Amino acid sequence: MFDAFIQVVIKDLKTAFRQKSDILNPVWFFIIVVTLFPLGIGSAPALLRRIAPDIIWVAALLASLLSFERLFKDDFIDGTLEQLMLTPYSLAWLVSAKVFTHWLLTGLPILFVSPLLATFLSLDMTTYFALFLTLLIGTPILSLLGGIGVALTVGLRKGGILLSLIMLPLSIPILIFSTMAIDAAGYGQPYLGLLALLGAMLLGAIMFAPFAIAASLRVSVS
Amino acid sequence: MWKWLHPYAKAQKSYQLSGKLLPWFVGLTTTTSIIGLVWGLLFAPPDYQQGDSFRIIYIHVPAAMMAMAAYVMMAIGAFIALVWQIRLAAMSVAATAPVGAVFTFIALVTGAAWGKPMWGAWWVWDARLTSELILLFIYMGIIGLYNAFSDKVLAGRAASILTLVGVINLPIIHYSVVWWSTLHQGATIIKFGKPLIAPEMLWPLLIMIVAFGAFLCALTLMRFRNEILIRESHRPWVCALVTGGDK
Repeated sequence: MFDAFIQVVIKDLKTAFRQKSDILNPVWFFIIVVTLFPLGIGSAPALLRRIAPDIIWVAALLASLLSFERLFKDDFIDGTLEQLMLTPYSLAWLVSAKVFTHWLLTGLPILFVSPLLATFLSLDMTTYFALFLTLLIGTPILSLLGGIGVALTVGLRKGGILLSLIMLPLSIPILIFSTMAIDAAGYGQPYLGLLALLGAMLLGAIMFAPFAIAASLRVSVS
Repeated sequence: MWKWLHPYAKAQKSYQLSGKLLPWFVGLTTTTSIIGLVWGLLFAPPDYQQGDSFRIIYIHVPAAMMAMAAYVMMAIGAFIALVWQIRLAAMSVAATAPVGAVFTFIALVTGAAWGKPMWGAWWVWDARLTSELILLFIYMGIIGLYNAFSDKVLAGRAASILTLVGVINLPIIHYSVVWWSTLHQGATIIKFGKPLIAPEMLWPLLIMIVAFGAFLCALTLMRFRNEILIRESHRPWVCALVTGGDK
């Protein structure tokens, strides 16, 4: 069973690295969106520092939206998805492997470029640390929630805008708790409780989302 | 109970049943809303603080409650549709969603109209307003998803899944918004809390809640009947219904 999980991860990583620009483009998008804010609202460090967490999180949300298409689209078109459904393993399990790979390819790069953005927005070290932790816990939840949206819309011709309509309202709690945790860190208050709530949401998403994704895929493929 | 319920999994039976129920709900809506509105708008005493502008409560609160109730109805329908694979339950989800969205919209608009004299602004990022707005977004997502599928059987199933995902998420969204608004700007909002409402104000409100509940059921039944007719339009009983003869 774990073998199947790893096989799916390896296969997805291999196909992704054939198209390296697909991995890099959302990251560039993320960086560009964050860059737009100082240009739009002025470069006063105090102001930037105050709204930096919100900017980075909204940009991460938008960047993850862009990359979701890749999660199931190609596999849906070339029939891999149907083959996955025919395997003796549970579809929810294989789907979690795909979502995990997707997070490796989109969530992790965002974590890697976040120090750069923190310096852009003149964040201090403690706040940045909180930002890093919330991104670390929050981006997998985004991948899981987005997975549900993609699975529902993958069979549609114009699923892109619908995907954002479905997914953005559902991801509001993550945005709220993350920015609250970062704000608390900025004021030097304890924020472990908020991180724990995010962690609870991550665990809940890990438990339930794969089944929702599998059920949605069955609808989309049939 | 199953024996009793089972015939209603057939489209024709539930079309007839909903046809029988519909006049009752319409009647209940008309009578209670006339009583409630006249009592609430003309005879209930004005609020000592808010004057007459509090009377919008008789639209606002029932609409907001029914916006949530519609979602609960949809969630139950979605659960039945997915677990027992009953097509009609999925149709009821599709029939309820736009009604719920409109109630949510009414609650938001009346809330804004009430907020203007009370808070001095059309919109404040109050927890209840914000979560109502997010509820509207979720309704829109469900309606959009349902309309995007050309195969309506698949559309019903997809919308049902999304409804259930939403019902798990809604409490989380609600509480996160409550915490967010209390931590971010609790001081800027005049907190009414829950005023101990006088009985002569409360009774019309309760009647209006019944009226809106019946209204919700009536609208949903109408849409449900239309949905059945559209989906089953090739069936002989629908043809017979259209070409002649009643029921």
